Amino acid sequence: MDWTAFHLSIKLACLTALVLLPLALLIGRVLAYGQFRGKSLIEALVILPLVLPPTVLGFYFLTVLSPASAVGRALADVGGGPLVFSFAGLLIASVIANIPFAVQPIARAFEAIPHSIRDAGYVSGLSRWDTFRKIEMPLAWPGIVTALALVFSHTLGEFGLVLMMGGNIPGETRTLSIAIYDSVQSFKYSDAAMMSGVLVVLAVMSVTVVLVMSRRYGGERGRP
Amino acid sequence: MNVAAQIDTVVGPGAAGGTLRVQLRQTGSVPLDVDFSCDKGDVVALLGPSGSGKTTTLKAIAGLLAPTEGVIELGDQVWFNAQRGVCWRPEARRVGFVFQDYALFPHLNVLQNVTLAMGHVPRALRIERGLAILERIGLGDLRARKPHALSGGERQRLGIARALARDPQVLLLDEPFSAIDRPAREKLKIEVRALAQTAGVPVVLVTHDIDEAIAMAARLVIIDQGRTIATGTPAAIIKNPGTQRVADIIGIDFPAV
Repeated sequence: MDWTAFHLSIKLACLTALVLLPLALLIGRVLAYGQFRGKSLIEALVILPLVLPPTVLGFYFLTVLSPASAVGRALADVGGGPLVFSFAGLLIASVIANIPFAVQPIARAFEAIPHSIRDAGYVSGLSRWDTFRKIEMPLAWPGIVTALALVFSHTLGEFGLVLMMGGNIPGETRTLSIAIYDSVQSFKYSDAAMMSGVLVVLAVMSVTVVLVMSRRYGGERGRP
Repeated sequence: MNVAAQIDTVVGPGAAGGTLRVQLRQTGSVPLDVDFSCDKGDVVALLGPSGSGKTTTLKAIAGLLAPTEGVIELGDQVWFNAQRGVCWRPEARRVGFVFQDYALFPHLNVLQNVTLAMGHVPRALRIERGLAILERIGLGDLRARKPHALSGGERQRLGIARALARDPQVLLLDEPFSAIDRPAREKLKIEVRALAQTAGVPVVLVTHDIDEAIAMAARLVIIDQGRTIATGTPAAIIKNPGTQRVADIIGIDFPAV
């Protein structure tokens, strides 16, 4: 069991979810309520990481973030080091690859709030921000938790993307799923089994969270 | 129980508004040509078939949408003037809005639904005043319930309680009785009418039911396809509908001339 890889995976999953949360709330709400030119294009871009092979995404990240490109150089200057084969680069790639998993459930949750309930907030004297905070957020909460759980478990399981642009550096980019692959390559099947088991347990936990949230809020508390 | 007799103390200071004047015009997909006014303590009913622009008018008064042309004034306050580019945000207009589907906040209990509309009341007084409103509207015992655990009539009362909690200068009712069964509806109609009189604010009622309009309102504004086609007291309009279309909408025979 590679505990360094375990810690790294958990750290990456938590940070990815944390960074994505405000971003997904913003994009999800705009997609749910906004009416503007080019909305379909934005929606397509949001879904894109879901249908692209992770290796393809990884390849582009590798190309764009590498010090050989202008973007990569600029980011390296700001961040104090090249982004490829580093944890920071992995985090950026992971955030972008997980956008659909975060945005979709949150957009659906905002869409499910009846228009008249938001109107009721406004006519009750609440500002847009207070309506968002006191009415939309609590009602969209199950969708938000679902998004976080999906991002968390999906990040834990990501393989192709990590391998392409992060490689296999212990303590920096070697995640649990890379460690599993590595163990199998070197015939350490018991290590691989152990780590796979850990991922299964984490996956079951996050799926359970999603199901409990959807049941609790969809049924008992109900919508009007 | 007579709700209305006690409600005046609840509405109190919000009544310092004035006559509501509404004049709206809009072309395009949702055409609008509406012109009416409503004095303090009066009930005006906007009557017309569904899709005729009644709810659009109500939402414009509340500030939930802005027509292309027109003026909305309350007393000496100009809430909306398209030409001068004036359009107050809904939270700046002191409006009590009772929604057709009630639009209660499903995650909040009965008392919280009411106190959330009390941003203008000092925090320390909100619970006390909220409870007073609930008590007077007959929901005092249900203060801790969530909306999904209320009956249709109770939800409707909560919708009204929340609208009153805002200390409104105008009360807007969008088909408020449509989702309630008949016996409860008759009782609520009487209560709401009395309430409107004691509240001392202009009340605009949207309905497609002529009986309801006659029972509630001193004046009718008949709207068809966004246009005002008749205004007047119920008696005057019934006596002389003026056109075949008006007669059709209020469901009487048009007297042959």
